[in-house]
Amino acid sequence: MVDGAKHSSCLISDFDPFCRKSMIDPYPEYGRLRTIGPIARLEKYGVWAISRFSDVNAVLSNSAVFSSAGGTGLANYFKQKPWRTPSLLLETDPPLHTRTRAVVVRTMTPIALRKLQDGFRREAETLVEKLVERGNFDAVRDLAEVFPLSVFPQALGIDSDNDEMLLTYGAMVFAIFGPEDDYSREAMVHASTVLPWIESKCRRDALRPDGFGAQIYEAVDTGEITPEEAPLLVRSFLSAGLDTTISGIGMAINCFVRHPEQWAVLTEDPSLARSAFDEVLRFQTPGHAQFRTTTDETDYAGVRIAKHEKVMLLMASANRDEARWEDPDAFDIRRKPGHIAFGTGIHTCAGQMLARMEGEALLKALASRVKSIELAGEPVWRPTTALRVFSSLPVSVQAK
Amino acid sequence: MTKIVYVSPGNAAQTVDLADGTSLMQGALANGIDGIVAECGGNAMCATCHVYIDSERMADLPLMSEEENALLEGVAAPRKLNSRLSCQVKVHVGLEGMTIYVAPAQ
Repeated sequence: MVDGAKHSSCLISDFDPFCRKSMIDPYPEYGRLRTIGPIARLEKYGVWAISRFSDVNAVLSNSAVFSSAGGTGLANYFKQKPWRTPSLLLETDPPLHTRTRAVVVRTMTPIALRKLQDGFRREAETLVEKLVERGNFDAVRDLAEVFPLSVFPQALGIDSDNDEMLLTYGAMVFAIFGPEDDYSREAMVHASTVLPWIESKCRRDALRPDGFGAQIYEAVDTGEITPEEAPLLVRSFLSAGLDTTISGIGMAINCFVRHPEQWAVLTEDPSLARSAFDEVLRFQTPGHAQFRTTTDETDYAGVRIAKHEKVMLLMASANRDEARWEDPDAFDIRRKPGHIAFGTGIHTCAGQMLARMEGEALLKALASRVKSIELAGEPVWRPTTALRVFSSLPVSVQAK
Repeated sequence: MTKIVYVSPGNAAQTVDLADGTSLMQGALANGIDGIVAECGGNAMCATCHVYIDSERMADLPLMSEEENALLEGVAAPRKLNSRLSCQVKVHVGLEGMTIYVAPAQ
């Protein structure tokens, strides 16, 4: 048995998952981490790292020992005060989490989402038509940001009169994950204008009666959640539901400009769009990692972990684990599903079916109209440590 | 270990030995049984692991949760009285020899 406190040198890695180089391409380092063993010690941050698929799966499935209430970013809420009231959904443990999650997932079941499908398809087709006419555009500013903004706030029941506010809020939430830096500090500068605006949008009287938000408030009427909890849960949709899909869609375009032979497969059969989007999420996982915090001293794979220690789950690494995937570094849109980009267990992404529906609608519309997509300028990464996301991706397209 | 018989459309019946605690969904995927998609990886979100249970054995199954019941409303193939989401049924000795029919669409 290896005592984690002594940090046997064979477990130690100097990997910095938050530096720019790692955020842009972590994959070679992930491969090295996976050879260390089921668990490694990232000595730069004093945290544990889980890089293999079966272990990420196992740890995420053990919420009793590996808590979310201790914070899902680098900050340890068991040791320091959180930057704001933790999310009632993301950063809570049972039994509170069980109650809030049940209310949220109910709004996005397959049957609930089916009602939105035609609308998503129409928006995607309209947008694609505009972009095809332009020929040259930015796949982030003109596509990856535009499409989710055209369908998601509406589904939530918010009147989106200020897209910039929604984007600024999302970017703020996704700026605080790794260590505090210039980028995260800069993002917080906008908090005093953005947070009150977001708060006003999450009130019951500000929400349309047919959206997810209104359904959250119905759970107040039935006593499942309190009037104080409802606006925070509505806010969770805005926190988690935009930047993630913006990231996924941007990643998809990036993958296809780099793998034109896979774009050819998709244009040949646009019904592969759903499978293609899932493969993007596996191949270049936007939500690359999440943390858990141990509730007590525990042993994992023969390593003793102390109480209230941070454990970094590397989903993006798990999604390339050679023990789980055949030819893991090949981008293959016909691969069977089974990635862990949305996590697993009690905190598995509550919006994943909605995200898939967005990705599928967009890719299907694009693949039906566009013969080829090419890079037309330098891609620019958003300098956040929370998500792997582009802020600019200039492309040019040729219609079929 | 418990024997489960899977029948998926267009295939002969296949008997597999599953460890207790494995879900019927995991058992299907691990043994190459056709027709289970399991998009959400067994987290009761996607309703694409739909199966029909041998109707004479329904009483041997654990009770369905509210969540599973709601999700079954959204399955692609017709929902029947013996419909279950295979990710929500864990194997144990009481299911010995049960036949599971994989739904024709997910």
